Formats: sequence, structure tokens, C-alpha cells
Amino acid sequence: MTAQEVRLCGLLLREHFGEVVAKVGTHLLRSGAQNLRTIIHETGISLDLVKKSLCVLVQHGTCVFSAGRKGPGSPTEYQTSCDRILRILRYPRYIYTAKTLYGDTGELIIEELLQRGHMTMSSTVKTVADRLTQNMEEGRSMDYSEVSSAFSKLVETHFLQRCPPQAGAGTKESSTPATPPTPESFPDCYKVPHMTLIGRGKRQLSSEDGEDQRNAKKAKLDLETHGDEGIYWQVNFERFHLHFRDQAIISAVANKLDQTSSEIVRTMLRMSEVTTSPTATCTKPLSANEIFRSLPSSYNIARPILDQYLTLLVDDPMEFVGKAGESGGGMYVVNLHRALANLARATLESVVQERFGSRSARIFRLLLRKRHLEQKQVEDFAMIPAKEAKDMLYTLLSQNLVQLQEVPKTPDFAPSRTFYLYTVNQLPTARMLLQNCYKTVANLIERRLFESRESKRLLEKSQRIEAILASLQASGAEPEQLTEVEEMITAPEKQQLESLRVHINKLDSAENQVDETIFLLESYVNSTATSTG
Amino acid sequence: MAGKGRGVAAFTFNIEALGIGRGSMPEARVGPSPLFPNTDFKPVPLKAGEDEDYMLALKQEMRGTMQRLPHNIKPQSNKAEVERYTERYLKHRQMEDEEWIPDWNLFPKELMPQKKKPRVKAGTKRKTVSRKETQDMLNKLDELAKKDEGNPEKSDDETEKKTRNEDGEEEIEEEEYEEDIEEENDYIESYFDNGEDFAADSDDNMDGEATY
Repeated sequence: MTAQEVRLCGLLLREHFGEVVAKVGTHLLRSGAQNLRTIIHETGISLDLVKKSLCVLVQHGTCVFSAGRKGPGSPTEYQTSCDRILRILRYPRYIYTAKTLYGDTGELIIEELLQRGHMTMSSTVKTVADRLTQNMEEGRSMDYSEVSSAFSKLVETHFLQRCPPQAGAGTKESSTPATPPTPESFPDCYKVPHMTLIGRGKRQLSSEDGEDQRNAKKAKLDLETHGDEGIYWQVNFERFHLHFRDQAIISAVANKLDQTSSEIVRTMLRMSEVTTSPTATCTKPLSANEIFRSLPSSYNIARPILDQYLTLLVDDPMEFVGKAGESGGGMYVVNLHRALANLARATLESVVQERFGSRSARIFRLLLRKRHLEQKQVEDFAMIPAKEAKDMLYTLLSQNLVQLQEVPKTPDFAPSRTFYLYTVNQLPTARMLLQNCYKTVANLIERRLFESRESKRLLEKSQRIEAILASLQASGAEPEQLTEVEEMITAPEKQQLESLRVHINKLDSAENQVDETIFLLESYVNSTATSTG
Repeated sequence: MAGKGRGVAAFTFNIEALGIGRGSMPEARVGPSPLFPNTDFKPVPLKAGEDEDYMLALKQEMRGTMQRLPHNIKPQSNKAEVERYTERYLKHRQMEDEEWIPDWNLFPKELMPQKKKPRVKAGTKRKTVSRKETQDMLNKLDELAKKDEGNPEKSDDETEKKTRNEDGEEEIEEEEYEEDIEEENDYIESYFDNGEDFAADSDDNMDGEATY
């Protein structure tokens, strides 16, 4: 957990859960597992608020608690992790992916679950159906059963999972180990409970506000049971990440080679989706025959062409696809981890290129390929004049993108008798870049907050005028009155609002897109951790 | 190291061996470094497209809803703060603040909010003065007054003086009290009113001002 990560987490928490939660959250991040008393004491926030914030953090899965380390009877300790909080940044992408895979229903299910942390299936289905009904035209409504079938599909494909049963929750005494249970270790993780929920989404009528609210109250009061009480569901981020990884590989192949080869890789990935474990370095070997049979007929790829494509993919320097054997017309695998490493390397190269120019990128690539080079060799191989090459090399060195390795001929490290070898270490560089990305996002958020703070008055004014307009329209005012109110915002103010909107959109968009880089680098770093350890 | 002294270029080797010539040493820095580093290369524009636009909308919507959910905990607001005009209009968009009741089976027991018991402090019971008691008091005072009248030996001036003194003290006290009130806020509250009843209060304001 670095300072950058903690800073970003603090900002994200503040934006989504408010000031107090952010304070408690960052405190927990900085100081590790702590019990309630210590938190209250060290943050200086009132007991009530700390409790509430911890509830929020636990509800959203950002905080785990366990019985104290000091044996049974010691106070419960709370712990947060950066990883989970940083996922907030990716929420739009999860929702969007759910939309592309499962349509509007899937989108709303994921959105609701992300907003609420965890929910029971019945309440999710109800809210989603209500929301969908709201958006439908008059007289139509969404059936609960449709939503619940979409929900089941999401569970089947492991995009949703049950919350692990909390050890030590509810009951005071518990002798479970301090390690929090992982959802996967729980056998019923992907089992949809039997749920009795019949009906259709209800439309909220905006015209009869008072009555409507009373109805809502009533609905809340009657405690129907649907048979799935106490079974809560959460979004399985890991599954989404696997999907993102596959998509990244497919689109990389499409960009590098062509559409057809990307479809072949897509088929291979889909075939091995179930059989490959999430941390595997490559997919299970698939024979060319199997691949051919599984290719959708719409692609119109003949068998000999498939073979040609496969050899082309194997020969490609990016090594997305590897050959594992000769049997069955050739056994092929998708090198998942190597693909991630190569994609991360490409990211590093393009960062160097965009920051320091293409000639620096040439030096960087040269070092990546040749591993260790002396300064003279760099100048020669890169075919760049000595003075400029030196300048670029030192700039890269000072930015920590290139490392210097001293190899002394004699033990006294005398410069005249020492080799100075330049090298690029991909993993540490990727880590550094990842930290830079976190910093970037935090800066983007700060900037956005600054921008909206600067024109706070203007924003409030426009909101106020909108409110007045709405109330006037509701009371049936004359059009002249309306235009009069509208004109309270002057033309320059309108212009200012417009440019503010453009700026904020740009900053938000940038956050989303930096997160794509973050995802790639994170997966690469994680993949090296699992393959070595 | 000790023999070389400070501030002198203390290289144990020939610098030129590293390829740093006399002319290629960096110049001395004058003045502070710029606020932002100048970038040689302009950043590439952001990706734009339907996907990106939709994700942007999702992000902004998400942020909006999260801020309105009961999970967003506000710090205890300062009640004493002046209610601003804008808040009247912004209020209705605030909070669909349905109470959020977590399933306590999933949370540690200690996080449950404690029911606040109405605190009963024995000592601070407000004294309710019954009518009967006041009546008794008044009767007593009347009796005392009659006694006073019955004792004309005590000179009238004395009593008058006493009352005067008392009055004076009271006045002083009152003045102090007023000042206290004014000093608490550092400004006169009535001076910064909303202006609705400006005319009625204006005289007082003038007085208030004059004390400073």
C-alpha cells in the first residue's frame, strides 16, 4: 500500500461515501487492522459516526472484520485493503460490460449491486424490475421472472457470487481463524436459492406524490418472505477481470493481425473459459480439430486457412498463442500471462514514446531486447549521435525508466575499471508506472473537485433556477414567466457553465481511460506474483 | 575524504572518463523551478466514441446516486450555521433518505447503534414553582413589608439609598450582560438580519453601534 494508493482511496471514498467514511477508511489503510476503540480514539470521530462508517465499509465489502488476533474474547478488528477500494474506479466498466453481455437488465442488476454493496436476490430483482418498468412506456411492465432469469444467468457465468458467510458476525464468540474466508472456498458460492417472487415491476406515479409515498411505506412495512433471506450477493470482480483480460488479448490480436485471427483467439478463449483456472499461465491445450469444430459457422473459415492462421499466430513475436504439441493436428494454447507481459511491455514502450519521443523509445526498446548495454553500445546500436543518445539515456535514467548496473573489474569500484551497464527491468518499471497512474487519477479527481469548487456559485445558481423552473412548470405558469426566469442566467454564464461541463467530462473520461492502463499493469504485476510464488 | 575539504570538486577520478567534458556541465540554476514542468510532447487526445461516452455517463450517474444513498454519511452539520437562501431550493433534491437498516447477521454486534435512553439526571430537575408556593412567598413578603412600615425608626433615606444602590447595581449588571451578548458573535445579530424589518429595528441598531 503506497502513499499514492492511500491518497486515491481517500478521494474515492470521500466522493462515494462522504467525508467521515473517507477519514475512517484512510485511517484504517494507514494503520492496518484495528479495533473499534482504537479507531475512535485515533480518529477523534464520535462513536456513532465511526460505527456507521464501518457499517458502510463492511456493507460494500471494502472492510473485513475478524475476531481479534489475541485469542478468543479479544475485540473485533477491522481491516481495509486498497485493492477493493480502487475497484470503485472501475465501476462504470463493470456496468458497461454487463450491459454488453446481458442487456439493460444485466446492467441494472450490476449497477444496483455496486451501489448497495450487497443485496438479496429478491430485493435486487424487485428494484431492477421497478426501475425497468419506470423507463417503459405507459401500460407495460417488467416481469419479475425475466429479471430473475437474467440474475441467474449472471450467477451461472460467475459474474455474481454469494457473499461468504461472515465468521464472527452476529455471534459474539467465534473460534474461526483470523483469515477472512474467500468467497470461492464456500461451496454454495454460485448456487441460486429457490425464490418465490411473482409479480411485475410497479410504476411509481409521480402525479400522486403523497399517496405514492404512503404506498412505498406500506410496501416496506409488509414483511413478505421470498425464501432467500440472509443470502446476499455481490459482484465477482475477479470474473470481470478475467473477462477484461480476454477482451484485451482479443483486441490486441485484432489490432496486430486481423479480425479473423482475433475471432480464432476468441473461440479458443471461450472454449477454455470453464476449464482454465483463473490463475493459470496458459489455457488448456486445444487441438486444431477442436478449434475448427467450435468456430461459429458464420466466420466462414476453412480448415486449411485455420491452420495457416494458427501458425501465423504462433510465429507472431507477441506470442499470444503457443504450440503445445503435434497431436490432433497440433495442440494450441493461449499464453495468458505472456500475453499480459507483452501488453504491459507495449504499454511501457508507448509511455516512453509519448513522453520522451520516438528516439528515446528506440533506446528503451533496444535495452529491453538486449538486456544489458554499455553507453557506447547504446549509441551505436540505436544509431543516434552520441551526444543526443547520452542526453536521452540520462533523462530515462533520471526518470527511473532505465536502470544502471555497475560491474567493477576490481573490488574498489574505480570508475575507470568499471563497466556501466544500462538495463530495463520490466516489472519494477511497470510497478512504478502503476503508481504514476494512481497519482494521475488522484490528480484528476482533485482537479475536478477544484474546477467545480471554483464555479460553485454558478452551479448552485443554475440548479436553483432549474428548480424554480420546474416548480413554475408544475404550477402551470405562463411561458413569459418561464423565459424570464430562464434569462436569469446570462449568456457569459451559460458559456462558463458549458466550458465547465466540457472540462469535467474530459476529466471524468480521462479517469476511465487511465483505469484501463491501471487494469493492464495490475494484471501483469499480479500475474508475475502468481506464476513465481 | 577528510583531506579533500568541502566544496571542492572531490572526485577521485578523471571526470572526462565518464564523457562529461568541461563544457557540458549543467548551468547553475537561477530562480525557482517552474510550477509545471514544460512538456516536450503534447498528450494524445482521449479516446472518444460511443463506449467512452456511455461509460462517462455511467460514472457521473453513479457518483450522483452514491451521494444520495444513505451510505453516504454526512458529518454532523453545524446547526448554528445560517440557513442560506439556496438551501431552500436544493433541499428537495437531497436524500431519498430511507433509513438504511443493515442485516445485523452480517455485521459485528458492536456496530449496532445503541438506543439512546433518555437520560434522567436527578440533580438537574427543573424546579417547578407551584402556585401555592408563590402565594406563600408573596404573603411572607407582604408581612415583612408591614413590619418595615411598623418600624419607622430606620430613616427613610437609608432605605432609599439602599434601593438606589441596588438599582444601580442592577443597571450595571444589565449593561454587562448586553455587552456579553454582543461580544459573543463579534457582531450585532440584529444588524445582520435579512432586512425584512429593517425600518423597525434601525433605531436599536444605531444605539448598538454607538456603544462601540
